[in-house]
Amino acid sequence: MFNLFLLQALNGVQFGILLFLVAAGLTLIFGIMDMINLAHGVLYMVGAYFAATFTALTGDFLFGLAIALPAALLFGLVLEFLIFRHLYERDHLDQVLATFGLILILNEGVKIVWGAAPMSVPIPEILSGAIPLIGPLQYPFYRIAIIAAGLLTAVGLWLLVNHTRIGMLLRAGAVNAPMVSALGVDIRRLFMLVFGFGAMLAGFAGAMVAPILSVEPGMGDGVLILTFVVIVIGGVGSVRGAFVAAILVGLVDTLGRTFGPIVLRAVMDPSAASQTGRTLAPMLIYILMAAVLFFRPSGLFPAKGAAA
Amino acid sequence: MREPLLAVTDLRKSFGALAVTDGVSFDVHGNELHAIIGPNGAGKTTLIHQLSGNLASDSGKVRFAGEDITKLSMVERVRRGLARSFQITSILDGFTVIENAAMAVQARSGSSFRFLRPASKERRLNDEAMAALARVKLDDRAHRRAGSLSHGEKRQLEIAIALATGAKLLLLDEPLAGTGHEESAVLVALMQELKQTHTIVLIEHDMDAVFALADRVSVLVYGRLIATGTPEEVRTHPEVRAAYLGEEEAA
Amino acid sequence: MSAGSDVAVSGAVPDVAPRRGGMLAGRGSALAAALIFSALAVLPPIALAIGDPFLVVMATRIVVFAIAALSLDLVLGYGAMVSFGHAAFVGLGAYAVAILASHGIDDVLVQALAAILLCSLFALVTGAISLRTKGVYFIMITLAFGQMAYFFMVSLSAYGGDDGLTLSARSTLFGLPVLAGDISLFYASLAVLVLAFLGLRALTLSRFGRVLRGTRENPIRMQAIGFQPFAFQLTAYVIAGALAGLAGVLLANQAEFVSPAYMSWQRSGELIVMVVLGGMGTLVGPIGGAIAFLLLEDWLAHFSEHWKLGLGVLLVLLVLFTRGGIAGGVERLFGRARP
Repeated sequence: MFNLFLLQALNGVQFGILLFLVAAGLTLIFGIMDMINLAHGVLYMVGAYFAATFTALTGDFLFGLAIALPAALLFGLVLEFLIFRHLYERDHLDQVLATFGLILILNEGVKIVWGAAPMSVPIPEILSGAIPLIGPLQYPFYRIAIIAAGLLTAVGLWLLVNHTRIGMLLRAGAVNAPMVSALGVDIRRLFMLVFGFGAMLAGFAGAMVAPILSVEPGMGDGVLILTFVVIVIGGVGSVRGAFVAAILVGLVDTLGRTFGPIVLRAVMDPSAASQTGRTLAPMLIYILMAAVLFFRPSGLFPAKGAAA
Repeated sequence: MREPLLAVTDLRKSFGALAVTDGVSFDVHGNELHAIIGPNGAGKTTLIHQLSGNLASDSGKVRFAGEDITKLSMVERVRRGLARSFQITSILDGFTVIENAAMAVQARSGSSFRFLRPASKERRLNDEAMAALARVKLDDRAHRRAGSLSHGEKRQLEIAIALATGAKLLLLDEPLAGTGHEESAVLVALMQELKQTHTIVLIEHDMDAVFALADRVSVLVYGRLIATGTPEEVRTHPEVRAAYLGEEEAA
Repeated sequence: MSAGSDVAVSGAVPDVAPRRGGMLAGRGSALAAALIFSALAVLPPIALAIGDPFLVVMATRIVVFAIAALSLDLVLGYGAMVSFGHAAFVGLGAYAVAILASHGIDDVLVQALAAILLCSLFALVTGAISLRTKGVYFIMITLAFGQMAYFFMVSLSAYGGDDGLTLSARSTLFGLPVLAGDISLFYASLAVLVLAFLGLRALTLSRFGRVLRGTRENPIRMQAIGFQPFAFQLTAYVIAGALAGLAGVLLANQAEFVSPAYMSWQRSGELIVMVVLGGMGTLVGPIGGAIAFLLLEDWLAHFSEHWKLGLGVLLVLLVLFTRGGIAGGVERLFGRARP
């Protein structure tokens, strides 16, 4: 039982790390630009497709990843230039409509370019295999690598946000964007940077899951909603909040699915327990979100108030 | 002496290290027009937000009509007869003039959870709204869209809405802001007339208007009241002259 | 808030202008609605005459989604709440039919009552939590709650899970199969639409509706005269949820099938598009929007399986190249109806 718990906890952390990578950029976009972006999930999808394509071209996942990252950055910048920079001043409803339209375009677009069938990417040779944990317990090396890469990114982001001038502007912008603009900072360039960088992080997450999930149209949609849950729990505009909330959501979701039915078996008969557990488990993170909101309407680490 | 209608005791509010309202105390008696003046940044708007319940105070007490209302929300204060107008005109542009006032009447007459009868056909609401409009001389504009009024007329409507809430005390936040000479004369005459029936706390920049209207004047500087008295007393108060009037004359 | 202090005095309209009118805004709306309803009413005989009974099926779908869009307009257009989880209510209403039917309860009145109760409760709980927040939070939270309902149905394997549930027959009324024919179902749906339109028309003009519209324009002002917006917004949210549930009851009968796909967030997005395309804050707008959207979808689907791409491009272009968004652009194209 403990072994299962350890395995699932690691899976939860790995899932949380991915959510964090997608959420980090998006929470800044929401916080600094006060802009709703539904199309962030498709950037994750595009990252996965880039990784799959460039891996196939170069024959090596790491090379593929190395090309996919700047490609995702470029893709984000192009989208910013073509669409998003025209939306900053609009009301939320316009942003919802335009980014919803963008989701439709990109989901259909990848179908046209890459076909509707799922693509798979082989796990790179040097990252394959498993490492022993305790006793007979093993854990796939590749998943460990995802966790490590995510943690490194988180540390890098932490340094960027807390110890650089850009980070100082980002933090100030999340609290009071007009003030930053009044300081003479080119807020548009800052937005562009945040957007491009956020797109690259989302693309990075998509690229890294490409070898363990199937790459398919619409794969970003579910991630987008979970990312929203993460951002709401963590507090809009807070990278730290996004990290804590992402790990929390990853763990609750993964452990809930495995252990929900097991825990319920203590109070009801096995078949009812597994049925109820399977039904309730996917709802756990939403219940968590509702509970957090009930006590803290601005999330765990509010950068600025969301409530009236 | 009987209890004042509004009694403010040691009211405080800080934003971070900045004490914006720093131990303000004053009384407003029934049927008095009490003006609060002060240079820009003195904290006048913060004070009116605290009095109206828009902003919670850090400490201190506000009593209204014998009741402690310090912890009450804006909505609860309006229901007790403490209404405010806004410095930046915030009438409902998309509604007619009479509906702006009728809505304030509606708020205090019966439930608003009625779903079928057209509200704009309710005689009683419209009659009372019309009475409030008549007092500010806007009754001939009743059926125009509020957004189409001139700036001065909008300021008049602001006051009519506060009246229509059935308030005993009106908190008027710079009713003359942005008005021209003629518009301002209309509003001053209007307040002169309102004094007869309502207690008024007037926050205003226009010194001529304040000294013409006020029974008593309090002077707010950097969050503190440095003087309270009749217009004459305040005008000659040395600290006031130094801190405020002198500065204006010099400028 | 709208900064309309410089509106020209001379060109003022004396009535209450909607915040964002669409092609069918203003006082002509009652006339436009009457025209649409009459056209729909004479559709079945025409469809029979030209030998195309499928038209009635299509028209029923349109009417059902018009009801759903109408209910969303109460939240979005009149309440100024950008709710991105509205399809969940449609889906819950549809499931109320399917689940009750699978237990032998076929009566449409019982099913509709269950749908209304279920949706009201769901709206009450999720709305109370969502309305504690504003702006981007509100959008994300309503989306998340909608998705929660979606995943609940996906994992409810006893009732079909991901695959959905096929109805063995349409609902009955007092044991009679009155909805069995496509034409009778169409007229029943149309009756619900007309009643919903008239009901919401009265509601938006009532005391309650006036407070809701006032809150849309300036919530602080409404508090300053003694209204607490929360209670009004939540009530509107619950009413809209219940009405969307009723649309779901009809949808389940129309398709004789329910599935979690009804409540997916794409569906919620499409409902928003219908409301905004037609003109939010006008009751006839969402009906026109639903007609336009479903016809457009049908038409685009003839050209290519990738019709959603076209829809996406259209949305993005409309927002980008019309100042003030889609509604503003449509308004400029067609002009606002003035008395």
